[in-house]
Amino acid sequence: MKKLVGIFAFLIVLYGAVLIADEGARSIQNHFNLGRRIGLYGIISLGAGILIISGGIDLSIGSVVGLCATLLAMLMKERAWNPALAMGAVLLLGAAIGLVNGLLVTKLRVQAFVATLCGLFIYRGAARWIASDQPKGLQNDFVDWKYWLYSSRDVLGLPMSVVFLITLALLATLFLHFSVYGRYLYAIGSNEQAARYSGIATDRYKLLAYVLCSTLAALFGILFLLQENSAQPSDAGSFLELYAIAGAVLGGCSLRGGEGTVLGILIGTAILRILQNLVNMWDIPAALEYTVIGTALLVGAILDEWLRRRSLSRLAT
Amino acid sequence: MPDDPALLLKARDISKAFPGIQALQNVNLSLRRAEVLAIVGENGAGKSTLMKILGGVYVQDSGEVLLDGKPVELGTVEGAQKLGIALIHQELNLAENLDVAGNIFLGREPRWAGPLKLIDRSIYGNAALITRRLGLECSTRASVGCLSIGQQQLVEIARALSLKSRILIMDEPTSSLTQRETHRLFEVIRDLVREEMSVIYISHRLQEVEQIADRVTVLRDGRNAGDLDKSSIRHEAMVPLMVGRELKQFFHRTEKSISSSSAQAAPLLRVSALITKVSKGKPISFSLKPGEIVGMAGLMGAGRSELAEALFGIDPPLGGEVFLDGRPIGVRTPAQAIEAGIFLLPEDRRTQGLILAASVKDNISLASLDRVSWLSFISRHRERELAQDTCERLNVRTSSIDKAVGLLSGGNQQKVVLGKWLCRAPRVLILDEPTRGVDVGAKTEIYALMDRLAGQGVAILMISSDLEEILGMSDRVLVMHQGGLAGELPREGLSEQAIMHLATGGFGRP
Repeated sequence: MKKLVGIFAFLIVLYGAVLIADEGARSIQNHFNLGRRIGLYGIISLGAGILIISGGIDLSIGSVVGLCATLLAMLMKERAWNPALAMGAVLLLGAAIGLVNGLLVTKLRVQAFVATLCGLFIYRGAARWIASDQPKGLQNDFVDWKYWLYSSRDVLGLPMSVVFLITLALLATLFLHFSVYGRYLYAIGSNEQAARYSGIATDRYKLLAYVLCSTLAALFGILFLLQENSAQPSDAGSFLELYAIAGAVLGGCSLRGGEGTVLGILIGTAILRILQNLVNMWDIPAALEYTVIGTALLVGAILDEWLRRRSLSRLAT
Repeated sequence: MPDDPALLLKARDISKAFPGIQALQNVNLSLRRAEVLAIVGENGAGKSTLMKILGGVYVQDSGEVLLDGKPVELGTVEGAQKLGIALIHQELNLAENLDVAGNIFLGREPRWAGPLKLIDRSIYGNAALITRRLGLECSTRASVGCLSIGQQQLVEIARALSLKSRILIMDEPTSSLTQRETHRLFEVIRDLVREEMSVIYISHRLQEVEQIADRVTVLRDGRNAGDLDKSSIRHEAMVPLMVGRELKQFFHRTEKSISSSSAQAAPLLRVSALITKVSKGKPISFSLKPGEIVGMAGLMGAGRSELAEALFGIDPPLGGEVFLDGRPIGVRTPAQAIEAGIFLLPEDRRTQGLILAASVKDNISLASLDRVSWLSFISRHRERELAQDTCERLNVRTSSIDKAVGLLSGGNQQKVVLGKWLCRAPRVLILDEPTRGVDVGAKTEIYALMDRLAGQGVAILMISSDLEEILGMSDRVLVMHQGGLAGELPREGLSEQAIMHLATGGFGRP
């Protein structure tokens, strides 16, 4: 709880800085754009966060996004599949990739970091191979879909990606904080052995977390394609896993597992996006964007470790 | 013996407390040059705590340590080592991936000048000088992980020798050694003593103490219980000092509650030719009747915990059958065991029993969330009620059920693990070391609870290394040895000797 208050205060400070920085920043349009980005990135941070809470990690998120976006463009444009069907297929592909990651970790006991690092290479390669390394786009078709996602304000005037994120966040809150499944994921993340000795089918729940994470990555891939109109298989979505993990970690998920909240993940994502906004506004060279984000994350990690040690010294016998 | 010229080390009025438990209270100890001083006492008597203070792992709350008559500050392990005190832990502290010489000189490798600090090859020769002195017959380039436990122990001793230690403290050194390795170790200890080494030897294996010790200091409940000289070191002399407690007041298993347990009833749990991962071709068969408390004794590594984990589905049995109420149950997962009403209180409550950072409430409800949820949504109200009721029933002392369970004392933590199971209806309860690291007050409560549960018809299998507990609580005792069942002893005429006889591989009655 204390952690949440801390990062929320940080978010407010950053937001205040944005408002002060520039007249234009106060415009509805800037808020709309900012919201759209937070909505988009929040989706993968939620997936990464749920997985991190269960003690796992997924480095293949960006490649899954790239593969799904590329494949969707090909299915919709070149194969002329019904868009809804194509999107369904892509989501299924995401779920299947999550299942593979999860099985590698639970059944073959490959370390999660290694298994998903291999996925990062494999799925990126697959994306480039199916597209013959050529960009795949929707060109001028599917205008309705693109408009609906990018510009429509049908729901309370909010960007569609924010609507998505809020819906997903509510579902995730029910799942993580109110259901038996969520409780089990936290238990597995904090002490997998104790969870097993309490009769929890730990492997099954870990699989579930991997499937959720990759499915959300596939969803991101769909929204990414509709927003960007095309996907370059060699770099669409690259680095996204790092943004996703950074958002979750900034929001209070510990890579040791067992810690984190949906609200925290949302705040963490918002902090990252607003930081990016600030970099633009303060005329910090865009080249330094990563440095700024890295520094913010580092400060957060140092504070987190300091807090942990303090509470641990109280726990010590 | 203030003026004893042979006196090397003296610990005076040492006290040390941990949260919820006074581990040592005004304990005194003196060690002479070139002798083996054995420290004996029950589990939890404070032996290991005292040795960790002498080895610089813990700092005492009060009291002082004198070396050569002068007070010294041990403070850290390095500080103790500089003063010539080396502590060899029960769990060996070796880097298994490094070779023998690398372990002996770890952190003190002679290095070449220059920025690379290459390790000088002379360590192999120097290490060989020491290992030869100890009769360790393996190359100093051998990886430590490939050595037997006995050889690893000798590597630890070699490290102590290379530190020019004058005092060697060994905590339960023989607990995982074979008989031959034990003899070998004793020869090494005698040789070292001949070369002016002083050894403090901790063990609860009294026969070994009789063989090796020059003097004995007995601890009981964190206090000195008496000292024995060479001439009087005998099993019969040590045991009364170690125990010295009115058993009947402490344990709650009384003849009355045993006779009222349905002695004629059909077995509730029957285990037939069960094979665990360590039973090595010795299938295990036994049965538990409702209302019975069956003790399970054996040395460390005898396969007791492995049996418990096989029954609970953690490591499903490799063969054999288990019957509940006469019907076969093929338990392959803990969830199936729980479904059948078979619960396990695991051996290590901190890693297997509890999520230390989670609250008392979350720990208690973890295995019973199905009972307080609807469509998999947890009812906060019902969950709190469940946790609150369980805490009251088991008298868990905590300021709130939202407190992190890691902040509770060992005894209260153990009650929380028990509570996790007792809020469901147990039929068979397997308790693996139920009172390890638990203070005396909570112990009594746990015993009373076991007696009450047995009275309600629960069958209890109590695995314990605490013989006093086995003697006090069991209706009958199963003894394990090297993975298999070595025998069964009825309550009548039960004795520590009879149990140890079977546990160490003897047959029949001693």
